[in-house]
Amino acid sequence: MALATPFHPRTSELCTSLAFKEWAGCHAVRRYDVYQDREYYALRNQATLMDASPLYKYDVEGPNAADLLGRVMVRAFGAHEVGRVSYVCWCDDQGKVLDDGTVAKLGERHFRVTSAEPALRWLERSSRGFDVSVTDVSRRIAALALQGPLAREVLRPIVGSGLDTLPFFRATPVRYAVKGTDVEGVVTRTGYTGDLGYELWMRNEDALAVYDSVMESGRPFGLLPMGLDVLDVARVEAGFLLAGVDYTPANRAFIERQKSSPYELGFDWMVRLDRGPFIGQDALRREFATGPARRLVGVEIDWDEFEAVHERFGLIPYIETATSREGVPLYHDGRQVGYATSRAWSPLLKKYLALCTVESAYAAPGTQLQIEVTCEYERHRVKATVRPTPFFDPERKRA
Amino acid sequence: MAVSARYDAIVVGGGHNGLTCAAYLAKAGKRVLVLERRHVLGGAAVSEEVFPGFTYSVCSYVVSLLRPWIIRDLELSRFGLEMIPLESSFLPLPDGRSMCRWADPALTRDEVSRFSRHDAELMPEFSKAMSKIGRFVRPIIDSPVPVPTSMNPSELVRLLKLGRHFQDASVDMMELRLKLLTMSAVDFLDEWFEAEELKAPMSVSGIIGTFLGVRSPGTAYVLLHHYMGEIDGAFRSWGFSRGGTGGVSNAIANAARHFGAEIRTEAGVREILVKGGRATGVVLENGDELRAAHVVSGCDPRRTFLGFVGAEHLPQEFVTALSRYRFRGSSGKVNLALDGLPEFTCRPGDAHLRGDIAIAPSIDYLERAYDEAKYGSFSRRPYINIVLPSLVDSTIAPPGKHVMSCFVQYAPYEISEGAEHWPEKRDAFGETVIDTIEEYVPNIRDLILHKQVLTPWDMEQEFGLSEGNIFHGELTLDQLAFQRPMSGWARYRTPVRNLWLAGSGTHPGGGVMGSPGALCARAMLGTNGGSG
Repeated sequence: MALATPFHPRTSELCTSLAFKEWAGCHAVRRYDVYQDREYYALRNQATLMDASPLYKYDVEGPNAADLLGRVMVRAFGAHEVGRVSYVCWCDDQGKVLDDGTVAKLGERHFRVTSAEPALRWLERSSRGFDVSVTDVSRRIAALALQGPLAREVLRPIVGSGLDTLPFFRATPVRYAVKGTDVEGVVTRTGYTGDLGYELWMRNEDALAVYDSVMESGRPFGLLPMGLDVLDVARVEAGFLLAGVDYTPANRAFIERQKSSPYELGFDWMVRLDRGPFIGQDALRREFATGPARRLVGVEIDWDEFEAVHERFGLIPYIETATSREGVPLYHDGRQVGYATSRAWSPLLKKYLALCTVESAYAAPGTQLQIEVTCEYERHRVKATVRPTPFFDPERKRA
Repeated sequence: MAVSARYDAIVVGGGHNGLTCAAYLAKAGKRVLVLERRHVLGGAAVSEEVFPGFTYSVCSYVVSLLRPWIIRDLELSRFGLEMIPLESSFLPLPDGRSMCRWADPALTRDEVSRFSRHDAELMPEFSKAMSKIGRFVRPIIDSPVPVPTSMNPSELVRLLKLGRHFQDASVDMMELRLKLLTMSAVDFLDEWFEAEELKAPMSVSGIIGTFLGVRSPGTAYVLLHHYMGEIDGAFRSWGFSRGGTGGVSNAIANAARHFGAEIRTEAGVREILVKGGRATGVVLENGDELRAAHVVSGCDPRRTFLGFVGAEHLPQEFVTALSRYRFRGSSGKVNLALDGLPEFTCRPGDAHLRGDIAIAPSIDYLERAYDEAKYGSFSRRPYINIVLPSLVDSTIAPPGKHVMSCFVQYAPYEISEGAEHWPEKRDAFGETVIDTIEEYVPNIRDLILHKQVLTPWDMEQEFGLSEGNIFHGELTLDQLAFQRPMSGWARYRTPVRNLWLAGSGTHPGGGVMGSPGALCARAMLGTNGGSG
């Protein structure tokens, strides 16, 4: 049975659709209302609040904390200043990606790792010989994602104007003003929506007080609670991969071809090869030399052709409002050269978007491919063009 | 007199269609200049802070049909387009009952069944039928109209394709289409529904922007235009633009500038220069003369040809046809700044106020409103379409305060005293609107901080809309498609060579759609292709 997160008393009351799913062993709201558009437009026009507590969270502390993380992950952390947050992935010994997540440097000797999959064993396995402690705080620290163009306005009254100078991908300790007192926590300027936004971290026992405080502050700004379905559309617009959907974590793969390297996932920019030893380094050096065989890319499905296929049947195209995770083949000159793993209609961009894995020769932006679409139980192919990601990248995200 | 460098095209009027046309031309690498007479861009799709702290969508107040392909082509979301969907349609009734239609069909069924279980059951079927019809109409609004009298082979192919497209329909559909083309909105709805409370607010879609009543033949067809937004399904284009309707125009202007267009405000045009039957440039109100290979007018046909070009440069039959093109503005607008949220007696709270609110309690009420207008006065109890965009957009009013936008029909341009006497009637017109609202919101007067009243006369004077018609000419069947603005000139060209028309007075007509501007640009660039 799934567990309740610390916010469950609030989220379960607000969730009139009763649409929940399981996320990392916890109950998570898919959408609060039967009608999902309100949440989507609140995210892109106002602000939304999402319970992100099910994320796995680990505190890595001690004199060798940075050394351990540099050894486990594809980049080094030694030179990072306190407050820096990094997006990073980590690999198995063969250089295949296990997971991706964030690492926040909260103190000189204190980092916090977030991940989609459990990572305690992997961190501990690598910690032998390091003066470091790894603590699973997944079920002790509650998390909220406050995202959208008005997120700063909503949060400022609660944590103070220091927020205004917090740069993109930075963390800061805060005191949340709640019900006449204040409680401690951390705010990071991070998120999974590709928009301006913050993630709020706090102890479980303070969770409800912070939640109430944020919802109250957000009322005049049109803040709405948001579920995972809208997040899934937003992250496709932002070009963010989802472990277990767009790639299979190496330790869950049954066969080799299901595994992916950081280069295949477009994580090239994260990998720092020329440094001390880290897990997967040799394999990654080899792959760097030859180049990856496949690439994860963004693809735009041609709407006019998609519509034309439906028109042949006298139909009007209909796309589910949630992201489809059904794998679909991609073709070039009649030969399959890849597959789509996430497909979503962007109400904002009016585009039908997909995240796809293709043979490297077809990964350059502008490459014309074909994607399979099923209409009236028949298979058809329509034009699909490789596009740079993020598809949606507003200035406010960094400003 | 200063003579400037030559442009590939000068666009007269910075409304949303003129800007769209300019953006497409600039994107194709053309040197484009947009000239707007007012201090703000947008034309009738404009946001203005008329009263400190409150931003009004002064004229156009909802974005219904902005074409998804234009949003894609011009990457409008990148340039600041932010849409907020309308969540509901609320009908308050004088007897204390009310009906709200929601985006969630189950909720709507529940509401409608309180008035008629029959109608509640039938609504999905009606929507399906309208969507099927809309499927036939959409290719028409998204491409230039074929000209039926043309002997040009490519035109004939287009016509044939479109004909075949229509033949695909079943007998049912053909019958339905014929009905839509000929019936009144009310007769058409009568064939489906029984509840007056459902039919009355639905029927008004058939009269907006026309000087017809809900019982006038031909109005059924205009209903369909309203369903186009729903056919867009996943597109869901019915909504508010954040920051007001001007947000749409500003996003298009940003795109146009990004592609290299130059845009000037407070640069009114006095004259479009014509030499040897060819447009060569414009003369500004300040006397400056600007040259261009092409001139595009985003203004309506009358203003363009009789205001800027002059009858002396036009064939007589064209001038005659132009004089027959009907404007007959029939609506006014009242914008209010409110100190708090208006409370409707029949249903307190605000959940049902986030969409549009219709004062249309019965069909007789609407027809009576038309009767008065027919004989030259504004309706004593008009149809009012109210929106409170500040409920979902915090950028347009201070916290806790609201903007109330009221579209009012009928306010005929030709009142019996003569249109020029509208200014003397403006206050009375505004009071009538507030009196009407007061019947549903008793404390409305206590909330009003500021009031802006626009009569059809004002819309003509301030926004250049001839006879105050919000669509650059009535949206009636005889003025649509290959007859918009007139037979023979429905493809953005004009009798003056290199002078083009890009406003709502061309196919496919009015609304914040962008199609006339985009299709005009494509015609100029020769990229419209042959497909229908």
